Amino acid sequence: MSSTIVSLPDQTTATLPKHTYLNNEYGLKSWLLTRDHKRIGILYLITITFFFFIGGAMAGLVRLELLTPQTDLLAADTYNKVFTMHGIIMIFLFLVPSVPGTLGNFLVPIMVGAKDLAFPKINLLSWYLNTIGGIMVLAALISGGVDTGWTFTTPLSTHYVNTHVITAGLAIFVTGFSSIFTGINIIVTVHRMRAPGMTWFRLPLFIWSNYAASILMVLGTPVLAIALVLVVLERTIGIGVFDPTKGGDPLLFQHLFWFYSHPAVYIMILPGMGVISEVISTFSRKRVFGYTAVAFSSVAIAVFGFLVWEHHMFIMGVSSYSALIFSLLTMLVAVPSAIKIFNWAATLYKGSITFETPMLYAFGFMGLFTIGGLTGVFLGSLGMDVHLTETYFIVAHFHFVMVGGMLMAFLAGIHFWWPKITGRMYPENLSKLAALVTFIGFILTFFPQFILGYLGMPRRYAAYPPEFQVLNVLSTAGATVLGVGYLLPMLYLTWSLKYGKIAGPNPWQATGLEWQIQSPPVVENFLETPVVDYEAYDYEWLANKTRNEVHTVG
Amino acid sequence: MHTFISPVLWQFLVKWLTHFAIFPPEASGIAPYTDALYFYLVAISIFGFVLVVLLVTVFSVLYRKERSPEATQIEGSTLLEATWTIIPLALFMVTFVWGALLYFRIFNPPTNAMNIYVVGKQWMWKAEHPGGQHEINALHIPVGRPVQLTMISQDVFHSFSIPAFRVKREVIPGRYTTVWFEATQPGEYHLFCTQYCGTLHSQMIGTITAMSQQDYEAWTAGSTSGMSLAQNGERLFASLGCNSCHSGDAAARGPNLAQVYGAKLPLSGGGYAMVDDAFLRDSILNPTMHQTAGYAPIMPTYQGQISEEGLIDIVEYIKSLHSNFRIQQTLNTSQVQNAVQEGISGAGHSGEAAAHPASAAQPKVVSQ
Repeated sequence: MSSTIVSLPDQTTATLPKHTYLNNEYGLKSWLLTRDHKRIGILYLITITFFFFIGGAMAGLVRLELLTPQTDLLAADTYNKVFTMHGIIMIFLFLVPSVPGTLGNFLVPIMVGAKDLAFPKINLLSWYLNTIGGIMVLAALISGGVDTGWTFTTPLSTHYVNTHVITAGLAIFVTGFSSIFTGINIIVTVHRMRAPGMTWFRLPLFIWSNYAASILMVLGTPVLAIALVLVVLERTIGIGVFDPTKGGDPLLFQHLFWFYSHPAVYIMILPGMGVISEVISTFSRKRVFGYTAVAFSSVAIAVFGFLVWEHHMFIMGVSSYSALIFSLLTMLVAVPSAIKIFNWAATLYKGSITFETPMLYAFGFMGLFTIGGLTGVFLGSLGMDVHLTETYFIVAHFHFVMVGGMLMAFLAGIHFWWPKITGRMYPENLSKLAALVTFIGFILTFFPQFILGYLGMPRRYAAYPPEFQVLNVLSTAGATVLGVGYLLPMLYLTWSLKYGKIAGPNPWQATGLEWQIQSPPVVENFLETPVVDYEAYDYEWLANKTRNEVHTVG
Repeated sequence: MHTFISPVLWQFLVKWLTHFAIFPPEASGIAPYTDALYFYLVAISIFGFVLVVLLVTVFSVLYRKERSPEATQIEGSTLLEATWTIIPLALFMVTFVWGALLYFRIFNPPTNAMNIYVVGKQWMWKAEHPGGQHEINALHIPVGRPVQLTMISQDVFHSFSIPAFRVKREVIPGRYTTVWFEATQPGEYHLFCTQYCGTLHSQMIGTITAMSQQDYEAWTAGSTSGMSLAQNGERLFASLGCNSCHSGDAAARGPNLAQVYGAKLPLSGGGYAMVDDAFLRDSILNPTMHQTAGYAPIMPTYQGQISEEGLIDIVEYIKSLHSNFRIQQTLNTSQVQNAVQEGISGAGHSGEAAAHPASAAQPKVVSQ
């Protein structure tokens, strides 16, 4: 044990560096044809923000319709299209690419001490595929919508709806490749391009969790692609794989779909957990408690994540014995998440804690993800699942993990690395307010849905019995607050691009390699190849380094 | 209070809040078991959440920068990490075992359960009682008696959910699924379709009416359609020509069906199959799927020729078949009638009639 004092640098003397990746080249073409991982990260940030607000508008419509028990704002079929679009856009165009596409792209090479990702052109291609997929989803939306739900359940999607399932299915097929390419890029970069001295156990935990998520992306996404191609083939030429009258099995689709889509929630949440590790460590000025346990828990989640898909199908007439196995494995996958939460809490112990905005979001994450994770145990428990599945309980659980967990982590990360990405600070007081508003809005929106779920209110209902109204009104009211909480960062972060205080290279006094270079970085990231001779989160090393710097300058 | 706000608004609020539900009624034998597990899970969730919040808050206060300017670097602690691996694991294992026991309780019906058939279709529930009572988006059941539902979907996936009973089961196209419950409180409860099934998904709802035994008997007597499912099945059995092969004769081309339900049937490919509802349904639609040993695979498929309700009727008929007496009788009757008809219309169609003895018998089945 040793103690360290880290004092924040004086930002009033900070200046913007002359040469950065932002002013290296100008013009639209220089952005659209860039191979710089940092610029591609920003392209991702723009597209996912765009889709987030479209998906958010859909969520707003859903909540407004549910203000009253009758279908009075939207007709039932419109409602179905709106929630389908909300799901497709938020999952495939926002959550899956959110942290790996933006922060992962920007930070993975810098954190391992490399100039760029292993395959810069494939990286750009993956953004284009993501964008093309997004445009196809929008095309499906504008030309009349899709009403299968984001789960594309057969035989509804193959035989019984007459909407743009093929366009939407192919759109997800295309974005899937974007995800596979990002995954391959991250895996190869972490394996092959680490700087001298950057051993596996000196990697920041952000890298570990993005690496684990990348494995899931590369191994899981092809199965989703197969499932969707089969749906498209079934609709176009009727191959009958999912059609019981032709000897097919409609349940097979769900096996294939959830084989991807359960790991997909870990694809979404793991990178977020990486962000939380960085943020908690930085703002408590302490090495993450039990680094190895946290790193391996990411890998454990990735491995077990592949073996639990059937817990989405406990009531669907699957064999009781297979249900037992899958329930058991579901309980096991909950353990690594619990380990992470307790390790983060223990990191705070004997720290020197400050409460900047990223830390507030990280605390929000810890609270909400704990609820989200524990309610997942409800659903993994066989007998309990029978009553809770397909109700608002599952909607609430999923949103606690994905919105309360992942979105909080994403916002924590965006605020945390904003000075590195743009070279400027965000306005601290306003952003603290936004974090608080988001937290309150979130609880108000989604907590009542747990109660609704236990009451038995089914998900995907445009109309509901009148006794459920009070809770639905609370939820809609919360959604309005939540909307404000998300608009605020959008506005002040844009404002800060021009008017924010200049950040300097290491405004938080964090230990990662990305903080040892100028902000915003130069195109090559490092002026000379860094040699790593210290552990991750080594604040002592940082304190020494800062002291030496002062000496040399003085 | 109501002097401060408009009376209209006051009334609205009162009505709103009196309708306000926060916990579902416990109206089945299962419900208390489910709720017990629920409260256990809620308790460990509160415990976990409070613990995390407490740790974060206490550490934030104790080790905030003003109070603790120096961070003490700590590697980790194997003992602590083992503690917070093993304790959650133990709690989750209890949840697993408890949940598994409940699952088997929910899905293993008692042997004395009365059976009701349910067909789900976009967007309605059709219940068929063995006595021939049909209901749409409603189900009447007696209190204090286990009821099993054998369910099938005619089109897409549906899900049959009664929150007050804490039971739910997916209703799947092409496959029977079952669920059982025993209502404990008379009353009316929600029936929901919980699997998204297309445009009017949210209107695929109904009412479960649990009634006392006497009320239920009165209701059954008052809503019969005159023909039981088995009687409908008998009619279909004859009109589709099933009786010509499944006559029960030693020389018949099809296996004997009397008392076949519940039997263990040897298959031609080796092995045995339990004859249950699903087996019977599959054998009608896809006869070669489980070919009975000793019989040639000559039965044609009836895929697309019988509705799900029709299949239920035939299955119910075969379940009730204890002897071949009535089959023989219908067969004799139809043969006599064939002979009579042939006598009337000349001998021209005799070959055809022999190949499809049932086709001529269709409208003139004499029962009783």
